[in-house]
Amino acid sequence: MKLSFILNGATVRLDAEPDRRAVDLLREELGALDVKEGCGTGECGACSVLVDGVQKLSCLMLAAQLEGRTVVTAAGLGTAEKPHPVQRAFAEHGAVQCGFCTPGMAVAAAGLLAENPAPAREDIRRAVSGNLCRCTGYVKIIDAVEAAARELAARKGKTEDAR
Amino acid sequence: MNVLTPRELPELFAALAAPGARVLAGGTDLLVRLRADLRQGRKVPSSLVRLDGLEELCGVAREPDGALRLGAATTHAGLLAHPLVRVELPVLAAALADLGSPPIRNMGTLGGNLCTASPAGDTLPPLMVLGASVELASAAGVRRMALADFITGPGRTRLAPGEIVTAVLAPSAREFAVRHFEKVGRRSALAVAVVSLAALLRLDARGKAVEARLAWGSVGPTVWRCPEAEAALLGQRPTLTALKRAAAVVRARVQPIDDLRASAAYRSEVAGNLLLRLAAL
Ligand SMILES: Cc1cc2nc3c(=O)[nH]c(=O)nc-3n(C[C@H](O)[C@H](O)[C@H](O)COP(=O)(O)OP(=O)(O)OC[C@H]3O[C@@H](n4cnc5c(N)ncnc54)[C@H](O)[C@@H]3O)c2cc1C
Ligand code: FES
Ligand code: FES
Repeated sequence: MKLSFILNGATVRLDAEPDRRAVDLLREELGALDVKEGCGTGECGACSVLVDGVQKLSCLMLAAQLEGRTVVTAAGLGTAEKPHPVQRAFAEHGAVQCGFCTPGMAVAAAGLLAENPAPAREDIRRAVSGNLCRCTGYVKIIDAVEAAARELAARKGKTEDAR
Repeated sequence: MNVLTPRELPELFAALAAPGARVLAGGTDLLVRLRADLRQGRKVPSSLVRLDGLEELCGVAREPDGALRLGAATTHAGLLAHPLVRVELPVLAAALADLGSPPIRNMGTLGGNLCTASPAGDTLPPLMVLGASVELASAAGVRRMALADFITGPGRTRLAPGEIVTAVLAPSAREFAVRHFEKVGRRSALAVAVVSLAALLRLDARGKAVEARLAWGSVGPTVWRCPEAEAALLGQRPTLTALKRAAAVVRARVQPIDDLRASAAYRSEVAGNLLLRLAAL
């Protein structure tokens, strides 16, 4: 089928098998290697992407389900020059060890902060509860998301002061 | 497999009439199963027919009789975010809040949970105590039946070929003072229920139970009810003493199985003990 959707801000158009898994399409056709496949069965969250702003699992989605959507992967959250607060906080707080879970975690965290800019620690724990990490023990990940929320609040304060 | 996205019910029924066509809702059960089937060389559907193109299958509305109409293709997260569900169906909301994980709740739907008809399906015990029914539709027309009749066994329902679940109709639980759902799993997120209990108690002015509805998940091939334990609670205040008596009735009657998640003995102990929690409510 002819498929068209927005991936990390750019419109992509391609021919795809409608039953191709979204994770395979993103990685193999579109080079989005930041989307990881851990389990392939919905259990680990490594393949998480934001679809219209909502965390979904690309291992349990088919190409046809991306048609007309806006998809953001971890790499699309920010750039090296202008990282998303979550990306910066993960790097600064030691929330990354092997890094395999990191893109999915970052996507889950960014999805949370878009919806709830001032989450309690428990909200953060729940928000990343579909993402498994074999390395960090989660504490530093949750610290990082808290720090990202603080940075977002500070930025918002600044833009409001400027007005 | 072709993937079809009908926009209207007649188009959906036409698509489902094709040989080998299968309904695809959130895909959190179906796509896991299909991948295993593909790997093992088993037959897979010739086409998948999506439900998410049909707005009429999504959302929450009030029926003329006061019950809530829950669109079958509404996601768990969508239901949880709805104030009517939280206020009037807290026993269902509690089950949805711990179903799978955030992305699973963003994708999985109520209709999918019912049609999978797993013994551990988390929405089933709450919907059973609520006395919910399902609305089914096919090219032949619309029919309704009690959820208790719809689910006939593990993975088995009364769904006819070419038929879909369009909505769940759930009467409000506002008149029940005690509303409770609890799932015991091996961990708190992404846990398949080892045992779960949904309970509704209606109390009179003196706090005595005039109606008790109890339903357990994961202790039998499908949701398990225990009329004897319900009867044991009638006319009683839900004190620890009364609940312990009912719990003994439960343990004597429940017949769970051993599996990789828990032993039968553990399950029957917990099936009784979950009742004791009602004392604290
Ligand atoms: C990691 C993981 C964790 C999970 N955790 C839980 C959990 O804690 N508790 C729990 O209960 N479940 C859990 N599940 C199972 C699953 O997420 C739920 O059962 C979910 O509600 C299924 O809905 P779906 O929309 O994804 O169904 P799908 O996978 O799209 O469909 C499931 C089946 O139902 C049929 N179907 C779907 N909708 C309809 C309809 N409206 N009419 C007719 N047929 C229909 C499909 O053809 C298919 O046979 C989990 C799954 C995964 C992958
Ligand atoms: S790869 Fe998708 S959830 Fe694990
Ligand atoms: S950093 Fe290695 S899995 Fe999370």
